[in-house]
Amino acid sequence: MAALTTPSFSIDEFLQQEREKDLLRFSTAGSVDDGKSTLIGRLLYDTQSVYEDQVRSIQGKGTTAPGQIDFALLTDGLRAEREQGITIDVAYRYFSTARRKFIIADTPGHEQYTRNMVTGASTADAAVVLIDASKGVLLQSRRHAYIASLLRVRHVLVAVNKMDLIGYDQAAFRAIERDFSLLLEQIAADTGSPVESIFVPVSALAGDNIVHRSKAMLWYSGPSLLELLEALPSSLDTRAEPFRFPVQRVLRPDHSFRGFAGQIASGTVRPGDRVTVLPSGRSAEVSRIVTYDGDLAEAYAPLSVTLVLNRELDISRGDLIVLADAPATVAKSVKAALVWMDRRPLELHRRYLLKHTSQTAPAFLSSIEHRTNIGTFSHEPAETLEMNGIGVVTLNLLRPIALDLYGENRGTGAFILIDAETNSTAAAGMITTASSYETEGSHIHAGAWGPVTAGERAARWGHRGGVLELSGPTELIDAIERSLFAAGAISNRIEADDDAFLLHPSLLEIVTEMQIQSGLLALVVHENDSGTLMARAEDRQLTLDANDPLKAVSAVHQLLHSTGILIFFEKADL
Amino acid sequence: MPAAESEISLPPPPTSATAPPRLSHLRLLEAESIHILREVASEFERPVMLYSIGKDSSVMLRLAQKAFYPGPIPFPLLHVDTGFKFAEMLTFRDAMARSAGAELLVWRNEGAIAAGTNPIVLDTKRCCGLLKTQALLDALRHYNFDAAFGGARRDEEKSRAKERIYSFRDSAGQWDPKNQRPELWNLYNARIHPGESIRVFPLSNWTEMDVWQYIHEEKIPVVDLYFAKERLMYVRGDALLPIEQAFVARPGEQPQLVKSRLRSLGCSPCTGAIRSDADTIPAIIAELLSFRSSERANRTIDHDQEGSMEIKKREGYF
Repeated sequence: MAALTTPSFSIDEFLQQEREKDLLRFSTAGSVDDGKSTLIGRLLYDTQSVYEDQVRSIQGKGTTAPGQIDFALLTDGLRAEREQGITIDVAYRYFSTARRKFIIADTPGHEQYTRNMVTGASTADAAVVLIDASKGVLLQSRRHAYIASLLRVRHVLVAVNKMDLIGYDQAAFRAIERDFSLLLEQIAADTGSPVESIFVPVSALAGDNIVHRSKAMLWYSGPSLLELLEALPSSLDTRAEPFRFPVQRVLRPDHSFRGFAGQIASGTVRPGDRVTVLPSGRSAEVSRIVTYDGDLAEAYAPLSVTLVLNRELDISRGDLIVLADAPATVAKSVKAALVWMDRRPLELHRRYLLKHTSQTAPAFLSSIEHRTNIGTFSHEPAETLEMNGIGVVTLNLLRPIALDLYGENRGTGAFILIDAETNSTAAAGMITTASSYETEGSHIHAGAWGPVTAGERAARWGHRGGVLELSGPTELIDAIERSLFAAGAISNRIEADDDAFLLHPSLLEIVTEMQIQSGLLALVVHENDSGTLMARAEDRQLTLDANDPLKAVSAVHQLLHSTGILIFFEKADL
Repeated sequence: MPAAESEISLPPPPTSATAPPRLSHLRLLEAESIHILREVASEFERPVMLYSIGKDSSVMLRLAQKAFYPGPIPFPLLHVDTGFKFAEMLTFRDAMARSAGAELLVWRNEGAIAAGTNPIVLDTKRCCGLLKTQALLDALRHYNFDAAFGGARRDEEKSRAKERIYSFRDSAGQWDPKNQRPELWNLYNARIHPGESIRVFPLSNWTEMDVWQYIHEEKIPVVDLYFAKERLMYVRGDALLPIEQAFVARPGEQPQLVKSRLRSLGCSPCTGAIRSDADTIPAIIAELLSFRSSERANRTIDHDQEGSMEIKKREGYF
């Protein structure tokens, strides 16, 4: 930007150069004391990406020595952050060099903000992991490296910071490099995703090896951090990978045009290509690639385009268009690594919505394989995941979706879980295993004639019609009803002691039978003050301790599963 | 294992024989924004695009045309008119909506306007609260919109740097910065309860420079006020104050002709002009490169108190 002051500056040349710039996204993690804000502030300041009024507004404030700028004030945007001197949430920052535009996802480093770190890493091509040279490798750096690997951020730049505090000592740098490299190997073994790491000794405060190469460390002859960032390959380039196109919207402005709008998740497409639409499995040929700026002869990720096919297929939002010779997996059950994001911990049997590409499907967590301890990388048995917990789970979906493994395709292997009741974003998921689901004969045809069948209801609701008899304290019955509601069951509560039923004993049977015929889960309840809960479904009966409500609720769910009333997934396609 | 220090070197630049065409940053940003526009149009029942007439709105409108081409834009545009907009802006607004084939809704807080609300009598904070934030919330409620696109960018202001692309608002339209939904990959959580809404920022990742370059590349029309011309201004210290309605001159102040332009468009009493010779878009871009002040430095409303943008956003401002 200094070029402006030279008389030879030409705006046309500048615009031409800008046209050729690409984009790299990288994440950072850390808190004020390990120098992250200083490092980012330095990058922004030294690339002249901060305006004078922004620097003026923070000068003389903060905790640094007089005359120095406290860069943390520049980057911490929320009042609570400035007041508490910590970074709470992800912030996005932008700067540009002559070669590239950069987007920094600037995230906090403390454990309680692991979810924010994951958020920042999810869109990053590279991660800058900070290590405080005066303290050695701390848990925070391990955690960031682990998350970068888990989220498949390929390039990790390890900035060994505060070299000025240890006299720019080469031996200390080499020791950190050796230790952390071993750690990265352990991490890769756990996540199955190797990271390519480069170590740089820096001092963000003094500006050594951040933008310019340092004169204080002549023993290091490598590039500065910024030079490395400028040279890294962008992971957005997936043109050679299998073509994946999630349909976002069907465009149908008039009878002559029917196009499928979406953003290419990976690969390349050309008119004439033979494509398959998943999960239906029907094929067609691409006849046009339509954009506002004219038809294209070729389109590749991550362009947003509109495809026109050579024949009419029933395609809607959520379908995945793939090249016919590179199909994706269609599955109803997947194993996935989860990072829990919600204050409300994971609950098996709770109803979640899985959002994957452009579709949303009801999902149930059927088991937790393990929880990963990021401190030790050990796998621990777990019954739940709390906020910021990381683990591997098995998920079942109420209908099949087309997907890839996250390790092979970030776009079609990632999902989020949404709590169906509170709507909060409950988890980030990365598919690690998926078994193909046989589609033949298992579809409910939307165009079918005749009345809706019991099988179709069961497939949608996840249970068939049935009766659950409960007698016990009101609060516990309420809790059971609520838990079934949360799991998505369509239930109806019948108070068996109602006068109408006492007067007409056969009425209860008639009402219940009609509800079963309608596919509802009829809860026939007798409320009393006893210390036990009796639950009966089909021919099975349980007597449970009413003083242990969690256990009782869980046992009732088990009862409904074992009698085949709650089907959810495995047997949903009758 | 890390390479030994002597082996660390930069990868060679790609040669033209091996390198396929690269997508420029503008094409990448465009693709991301179009994806967002299509998601919202598909997942919400009643989306609306806030159209503020400025350069960012112009870019957002063009992106909407691209996203649904060859179909029409499937949602209306909404302009919150404070009554203090420059006359040129309103003429431009109507022409743009017509040429884009989009339905244009205009909302004014007529009660507050009739009561003489202005930033000179009230302070800017209360004036904005009535004419912008309150008007916006009223309009969203009146039409029952569940998603509203805004042209705000994260590089504008530091509380905006923390904003999500889908910014959740409670039933009072308020933003809770400490309780934002995590936003991962390009998977946006569009689920809301009745009465709640989402503000959507498709230009989140664009910078001011990106916006101008895109306007240049795409030949997008912008209001003439962005281009330098001889204009009548009151000169008050470093500030150039445009002559429009509701301006109260101080004793002895005389308007003078100054070659000037506006860097960002707001209400006339609160938007200062800058001295400039930039009368073309390349000239504006060249001028931008030489700027040492941020774009919103001339917007009084950002500076009326510490963290003032964050406070406005909490209350329901964009």
